[in-house]
Amino acid sequence: MTLVEKIELYSLTLLKGAGFTIGITVITFCVAVALGLLFGAIKAFNAKRELSSLLSFTDAVLYLSGRLLVLLINVYVEVFRGLPALAVLFILYFGLAYAGLQLGSFAAAVLGLGLIGGAMLTEVFRAGFGSIHQGQREAALAVGMTPLDALRHIILPQTWRITLPPLANYAIGLLKDTAIVSAIAAPEIMFFARNLVTRTFDTEIIYLLVAVIYFCLSFPLARLADRFEARARAGVR
Amino acid sequence: MSEPLLKVENLHKSFGSLDVLKGIDLELGRGEKIALIGPSGCGKSTCLRCVNYLETPNRGHIYLDGELFGEKKVGDRHVHMSEKELARQRATIGMVFQGFYLWPHLTVRDNVAIAQIKVNGMARSEAYDLAGEVLRKVHMEHKSDEYPERLSGGQQQRVAIARALAQRPKLLLFDEPTSALDPELVGEVLNTIHELANEGRSMMLVTHEIAFAREVADRVIFMDDGGIAEQGPAKEVIDSPVNKRLKSFLGQMLERH
Ligand SMILES: Nc1ncnc2c1ncn2[C@@H]1O[C@H](COP(=O)(O)OP(=O)(O)OP(=O)(O)O)[C@@H](O)[C@H]1O
Ligand SMILES: [Mg+2]
Repeated sequence: MTLVEKIELYSLTLLKGAGFTIGITVITFCVAVALGLLFGAIKAFNAKRELSSLLSFTDAVLYLSGRLLVLLINVYVEVFRGLPALAVLFILYFGLAYAGLQLGSFAAAVLGLGLIGGAMLTEVFRAGFGSIHQGQREAALAVGMTPLDALRHIILPQTWRITLPPLANYAIGLLKDTAIVSAIAAPEIMFFARNLVTRTFDTEIIYLLVAVIYFCLSFPLARLADRFEARARAGVR
Repeated sequence: MSEPLLKVENLHKSFGSLDVLKGIDLELGRGEKIALIGPSGCGKSTCLRCVNYLETPNRGHIYLDGELFGEKKVGDRHVHMSEKELARQRATIGMVFQGFYLWPHLTVRDNVAIAQIKVNGMARSEAYDLAGEVLRKVHMEHKSDEYPERLSGGQQQRVAIARALAQRPKLLLFDEPTSALDPELVGEVLNTIHELANEGRSMMLVTHEIAFAREVADRVIFMDDGGIAEQGPAKEVIDSPVNKRLKSFLGQMLERH
């Protein structure tokens, strides 16, 4: 085989993995954003109150269950911040299988990376919500919006300006981190690369091609992140 | 006697161990304008915010148009309304804040129209017509397409007033609407409020502008230490105060101007 033929053959094989890499990245990103939004909002809008300010039994029950939820979320965030991604993946893929629940490698990858990302984005969204002046929300309530309306139409649109840059950076990191899911036999780029190397020993060519593919995928995301950051710096809209 | 538009009954509010409102009773008639005055920290804002349940009272009840506000009766017990029911009631009271709180991601027109579109399900075109109408009223229609950050403080506050008017409110609440403004911008906002007062709207206004309160309000309520210390017809209360603390308070306010 000539060099050109090799490059062509290897690229085609690696690109099969690229589809999986993109798929895992997109779905994991959505899972992480959903978790981060939900938990971030719960944390931001369940502020501590003095117990003597509780007005009635129902008020107390609502408040205390809110605080319990915040506590659980904090535990979740700390746990998933502290664990290496590989450990999470092994627990979900091999650990659960041992306990009788066999997840597919795609499901385990999305769940594992999604939980890790969710923990990180919880703090991103909490900070985003927290940066909006309380008056913004009160003005929304005053015109007759429910707290959920206010979140949707008033708070969230203002939060994006602050959260989009970290979100874009998270997406870039995630894209690269998906490389480790080859460890649980998910057929993404690195998985195909390793297979090719063991068969052909063309280590340099193959990993160079891997680098090129990852770069082509992450470069547009990096440009997007820059645009978001410029916009966030520029001002309010 | 027709029933009052607003009735505040034995209103108590505390924050932690701090008792801010210690039993406020007041009534506001239809078309009546009440000015709330008093030293800083006496509970004026808290009182106003309890009226539309931005703060939940610890004790006491609010009635708007004869209806219990923010609560409902189950048997003979009072329970809080759901957020949805509360929101529907809040929509009937307009509120103008010291800090304006226009929404920076929306144009002036959308600031005024969004609640009608998203909450009341009004058609966009109809809501925009309404927005045009109320913005004209506060002389801000020419800025409909601007974003709030491009407006002066006085202009922002007039847009905030238009936003409240778009609710077609039964009652308007103003919490020190001019206190955050540069002195030269105070006049335009006071003029706008004066025009609304002349239309016979019902309002409750917290203000440090004593001369304005005297001019515009029917009744002045002097709050001190979480209670009503003196009240009566505006000119009477301000020109010939009885309460000692009110006298010294008015004296201080005059000195400052
Ligand atoms: N959310 C809150 N939590 C704790 N304390 C509060 C809260 N809101 C108000 N207070 C306290 O309640 C008291 C009354 O506040 P309020 O804002 O009603 O006074 P005010 O009469 O409007 O004063 P000002 O003229 O300065 O606006 C103050 O001591 C204030 O610090
Ligand atoms: Mg105040």
